[in-house]
Amino acid sequence: MALTGTRHEPPADAPATAPAARGKLTPYWLLLPGILWLLVFFAAPLVYQASTSVQTGSLEEGFQVTWHLATYWDALTEYYPQFLRSVAYAATATVLCLALGYPLAYLIAFRAGRWRNVLMVLVIAPFFTSFLIRTLAWKTILSDGGPVVSALGALHVLDLTDALGVTEGQRVLATPLAVVCGLTYNFLPFMILPLYTSLERIDPRLHEAAGDLYARPLTTFRKVTFPLSMPGVVAGTLLTFIPATGDYINAELLGSTDQKMIGNVIQSQFLRVLDYPTAAALSFILMAAILAMVTLYIRKSGTEDLV
Amino acid sequence: MAAPTKTPKAPAKASRWLRRNLVVLAGLATLAYLILPNVVVTVFSFNKPNGRFNYEWQRFSTDAWTDPCGVADLCGSLSLSLEIAFWATLGATVLGTMIAFALARYRFRARSSVSTLLFLPMAMPEVVMAASLATLFLNMGVTFGFWTVLIAHIMFCLSFVVTAVKARVMSMDPRLEQAAQDLYATPLQTFLRVTLPIAAPGIAAGALLAFALSFDDFIITNFNAGSTVTFPMFVWGAAQRGTPVQINVIGTAMFGIAVLCVLVGQLVGGRRKRS
Repeated sequence: MALTGTRHEPPADAPATAPAARGKLTPYWLLLPGILWLLVFFAAPLVYQASTSVQTGSLEEGFQVTWHLATYWDALTEYYPQFLRSVAYAATATVLCLALGYPLAYLIAFRAGRWRNVLMVLVIAPFFTSFLIRTLAWKTILSDGGPVVSALGALHVLDLTDALGVTEGQRVLATPLAVVCGLTYNFLPFMILPLYTSLERIDPRLHEAAGDLYARPLTTFRKVTFPLSMPGVVAGTLLTFIPATGDYINAELLGSTDQKMIGNVIQSQFLRVLDYPTAAALSFILMAAILAMVTLYIRKSGTEDLV
Repeated sequence: MAAPTKTPKAPAKASRWLRRNLVVLAGLATLAYLILPNVVVTVFSFNKPNGRFNYEWQRFSTDAWTDPCGVADLCGSLSLSLEIAFWATLGATVLGTMIAFALARYRFRARSSVSTLLFLPMAMPEVVMAASLATLFLNMGVTFGFWTVLIAHIMFCLSFVVTAVKARVMSMDPRLEQAAQDLYATPLQTFLRVTLPIAAPGIAAGALLAFALSFDDFIITNFNAGSTVTFPMFVWGAAQRGTPVQINVIGTAMFGIAVLCVLVGQLVGGRRKRS
């Protein structure tokens, strides 16, 4: 602040980052177009959809607001299996993402040395091939006569997973395993990037200090590294779980009708059945459920200042 | 203490090595999981399938590479996606950069509500946003097509651009601008010659992200495109009707171009850092 001299006098309590704070209205002019865009095309549609969810009618005769709250009840009782399935699949995929993503993020942050940038490129680059194409590639990888199914079959893993109900009839495609595998794959980068960001901030000297105090590697990880990476764990979990719950692409491409998730139901209600009130009610239930789970999770994990 | 014996035998040595490098091995396994589909996409771009679907290896052929536009509508959908991504990137980057500067540089009353409004689109399942925007368009009698897709893409890319640009602007030293002003630079000169160049990497990152998000978006486009077919929509349709090998060619090319861009960026960035 000392550098400002006498030409500009910022008020005493102004933040250090406001050298150009001349007009009081400037921030509002900067915000106006973008915020207006979000209000009109993001917030207003949500309100509109709330009103749609309590309408009745048909596409031909038009829809009227009749406060028909039964739509919510009907949607819930008819589609609760898909809701439960979505949460179960998304939660499993999130846990798998954390288990798979943590070692890679750790490797890049602490062990990669001069390979760090190369590994980062390899994590981000798959993003750029259309993810639908990559998801379709899993059809090839998991196909009935393919190497994965043969190997799992030879190791009698499929007998076990069949018994658990995760696969069916010695095949992987069109089973819960395939859908969860696709979800895990598609959302893994969303877990790795925040994990990496939080791990990278940890001072490696803390590891040395722990070692000097006779902590074994595992103890160092449990008491130093993991707690310090919590913001990344929380952010990664949310970034994986929320979109995975609403996803309908993996269930559609890799699953069968038995693996339909709530996203599939909303999509077909909206685009095929053209039952807009039901689609709107389902969207709202999904949103509320996610909001409730996320709030609970953030409370539990104790990083409320994150959001 | 489970200290290893002083004269470890071969198996003990191996298990020690394994324990020490467990993280590396697990990390590389995850990397393989991430890259595997890309390898499959590339390999199958050289396939000559027997039926309509390209899921089983038949025999080697470069037909699809020599004739990438040989499938009806494929290249049309590709250029439409590029066009939408270009305008969506431009729109979201301009609007997002303005918001980012306002948030990073000014204290004002609506600050926290603005932050919440920006956070929500990133925290909401895409299908909810997609369905509600489509409901609005439907009720207003708007014809679905290029414009509705563009509006939707700018809407959901905006928050990501703001996040990327804001991070960069927040981390820059305000004294640089103050110094410029002390040296009698006009506000415009300060902005163009000091502020903008420093913020540029953040803006570039935001723009790149917006381009990638828009180009690859399926869910929001699916609800708001009507009969307009973007590239992801084409692939989705192909998954039902038959997947031409050309899809793999495009996928492989996208991967190659992306890797090349990142490598060039790294080289340029690395050189700049050193000088």
